Amino acid sequence: MGDHGGPAHGLAARVRRVEALLERRGLVGAAELDRALEAYLARATPANGARLVARAWLDEGFRSRLLADAGAALPELGLSTGGGIAEQRLKVVANTEDTHNVIVCTLCSCYPVALLGPSPTWYKSESYRSRVVRDPRGVLREFGFALDQDVEITVWDATAESRYMVLPRRPAGTGDLGEAGLAALVTRNGLIGVAPV
Amino acid sequence: MAERFRPGDRVLTSPADPAHHTRLPRYARGAAGTVVEVEGRYPLPDDRSRGLPAEAEPVYAVRFPAAGLFGAGDHQVVLALWESYLRLEGRSGRG
Repeated sequence: MGDHGGPAHGLAARVRRVEALLERRGLVGAAELDRALEAYLARATPANGARLVARAWLDEGFRSRLLADAGAALPELGLSTGGGIAEQRLKVVANTEDTHNVIVCTLCSCYPVALLGPSPTWYKSESYRSRVVRDPRGVLREFGFALDQDVEITVWDATAESRYMVLPRRPAGTGDLGEAGLAALVTRNGLIGVAPV
Repeated sequence: MAERFRPGDRVLTSPADPAHHTRLPRYARGAAGTVVEVEGRYPLPDDRSRGLPAEAEPVYAVRFPAAGLFGAGDHQVVLALWESYLRLEGRSGRG
């Protein structure tokens, strides 16, 4: 969870205070939290999400398993949503010819960090969070993404414990690309749903 | 505790405006939606945030037509909602 509307420095001060208390009482070592966070963030990158997408584009069986139960499919690529911290349920939602998905967390900034890396600043902005649920088509246009009018949009608001990731559509003319080449096409914005790929 | 709702059930969200923390966003209060699936079981944040005992309860993905939430829009919004936020409005089909 991220900011809840209060000033970010207020939250940071609270986190530092809790951290100091935990250290003073000997519950965590001074370097322990830093090490855990560094190890977590070193593995948390949108390249993980991109690998999942490329594999799903190439392997119909994997695609079905990923959409049915992402948590069970991730280990096939050596991935997890936990990365040393608590495991989270992941739900992957697939774009098709006539449906498009966008993710948001209107209440704070929930995001599948392990698979997409730290979230972009705009994802946490009040503007994106409040507007994408109301007018996703307008917000996508601002990203330069003009979605066809007859494509139905579903906005996934991560209000509870699940994290969502979008499986974009495979672009036309990519038939000769291998898994690494396909993964290189996938963008973080595509995994959020504000870009086509 | 078994799940009270199942996919396809029509549900209504609570219209309440609680004084405490909740994960039912204001824009989805008192709204009619359809259960998509069960996401898992988690303690109710409304209780947890107040230090009350909170047993794990089902959380559902619930789909809402945007027009029902905002009075306009041709899209859908899916929210993950704790069972305590929902009541059954209707169930179609067998069983």
